[in-house]
Amino acid sequence: MGKSQRTSFWGVVFLETAVIKKRVVKTKGKASYHWQSAKKSLKRHWQLYLLVIPVVLYFLIFKYVPLANAVLAFKNYNVIQGIWGSPWVGTKYFEMFFHNPSFVPLIKNTLSISLFQLAVGFPIPILLALGLNEIKSARFKRTVQLVTYAPYFISTVVMVSIIMLFLAPRLGIINTILNAVGIDSINFLGDSSWFRSIYVFSDVWQTAGYSAVIYLAALAGVDPSLYEAAKVDGASRFQKIINVDLPGLMPAAVIILILSVGNIMAIGFEKMYLLQNPLNLSTSEIISTYVYKIGLLNANYSFATAVGLFNSVVNLTLLLVVNTVSKRVFRTSLW
Amino acid sequence: MIAEKKTIRESLGDRIFLGMIYLFLTIILLLVLYPLVYILSSSLSSPEAVSAGRVWLWPMDITLDGYKTVFKNEQVLHGYANSLFYTVIGTLISVTLTIMIAYPLSKKTFYGRSPMMMFITFTMLFSGGLIPTYLVVKSLGMIDTRWALLIPNAIWVWQVIIARTFFQSSIPDELGEAAEIDGCSDWRFIFSVIIPLAKPIIAVLSLMYAVGQWNAYFDALIYLKTQSLYPLQLILRSILVLNNGAATVDAGEMVKRQQMVELMKYSLIVVASLPVLIIYPFVQRFFVQGMLIGSVKG
Repeated sequence: MGKSQRTSFWGVVFLETAVIKKRVVKTKGKASYHWQSAKKSLKRHWQLYLLVIPVVLYFLIFKYVPLANAVLAFKNYNVIQGIWGSPWVGTKYFEMFFHNPSFVPLIKNTLSISLFQLAVGFPIPILLALGLNEIKSARFKRTVQLVTYAPYFISTVVMVSIIMLFLAPRLGIINTILNAVGIDSINFLGDSSWFRSIYVFSDVWQTAGYSAVIYLAALAGVDPSLYEAAKVDGASRFQKIINVDLPGLMPAAVIILILSVGNIMAIGFEKMYLLQNPLNLSTSEIISTYVYKIGLLNANYSFATAVGLFNSVVNLTLLLVVNTVSKRVFRTSLW
Repeated sequence: MIAEKKTIRESLGDRIFLGMIYLFLTIILLLVLYPLVYILSSSLSSPEAVSAGRVWLWPMDITLDGYKTVFKNEQVLHGYANSLFYTVIGTLISVTLTIMIAYPLSKKTFYGRSPMMMFITFTMLFSGGLIPTYLVVKSLGMIDTRWALLIPNAIWVWQVIIARTFFQSSIPDELGEAAEIDGCSDWRFIFSVIIPLAKPIIAVLSLMYAVGQWNAYFDALIYLKTQSLYPLQLILRSILVLNNGAATVDAGEMVKRQQMVELMKYSLIVVASLPVLIIYPFVQRFFVQGMLIGSVKG
């Protein structure tokens, strides 16, 4: 819900679903031939079906009921009448959102942070993996991986407090360094123009090592005969990277790119909310923090649901579009 | 193949390029490492040294004052205990549920497994959103109870996918068929064959759920009101981010107290992250495995 899962992880998941999909297609003919086999399976494996029931209930209650509850967006919610008893108001709340003065800044903030993050956060793990792949000293390689992977395990709250401590106007180490070289202190978090860089670069610091793992795995899977062929042809190290390594990690990179673009409107709430203060709000207010504030803090349930629903629909549409484009252009897709 | 490579002398250009790669990686290494070292050093320094900005790399006037303040803080201790509870119980619930769905879905004989897989993965693509979910949790009477942190996000879809892929790829169908012929029930088969074989995946799932639970604050923020239920991360938010630490420190005069609060922040960061960061080097391979299960085979 907090959308705290990192895009790279989704990448793996989808790579896997793709694999599973292929298997499912293979076995489909066998699995679904008759009701008869279903009955037989149910009789013989009733214990397995029993096992699944609590989990199905979990998904129904905590994922599908909320989906149905989203009709709230088209109703004027009041506690007494409940979700289904409240009167319909059509698209009133959507129109309210589109005509709201905060609509354009919200979209703009969300998009610009996402695009910035994509531009910086996408290539760095690839460079890291390409570099690590060239290292023959197992010890150095292990050390770099161990250290760069570690920040991933720092919680969002701790990450934000580290940012605050380091960027503090008076005692923060960054400003101490700036002062040492004769630059005046900067109130980074109190200046809305710094916000995007702070958000994006701290994110890269925290996740680059983690995201590189997928690319390293892709590189490990490159056919060794390609390297031999490159050597025979007298390719330099750089040429080998460009002509063998890069194409080798292309499929993984495309998947990650699809997911990142698909998630462009879905920046996580957790870090953003903690980094916000009244001084940087003009660039740091995004859809998810806005939904939280109007929904839970101001108890404006219907309006918040409409904004959230709008965001979900945009996300899903983006993902579908990007996936279709990628299928045509790169011949790689999520499903 | 590697031994063979060494016999060919690399060209000058290649060696310079390799040098540049080493330089690049060393810079990245230092960029990631420095903040971590700085925090650790600050946490071990004296309050005066931290406030005067005298700490650069190594601890100055080493003391454990920061840690003493942290461990005297009841809010923090209480939050720590709560987080341990949420992490242990939450992980137990999550791993059990994940295996309960992942194993049947990995069986070819399980009728309707692909629609059910779609039923589950769809929730990853499209959700009702914050408010509708909140209202469900509310109507179940879970608001401001410990259940709110244990149940509503108990199952992560990608954990199900990972576990299912593991079962599919590492437990041969013949094993189940043989057990069936011998008249072994599914449950007995799960307890005496599957669980022992699934130890690696149970490790992966537990670690991921545990780290997720330990680090999460969002659910606690929206569902909890009573402070005695707060997990550590919410207490950290109040002290570190909202700067409410001053009230919790008793140290004579104003200036001294302010310095102590600053120092305590560093110690608190270390204390809060330590459980995860200490076990992490030993379990890193499990995490990497978790990310790569299935994709290796596929």
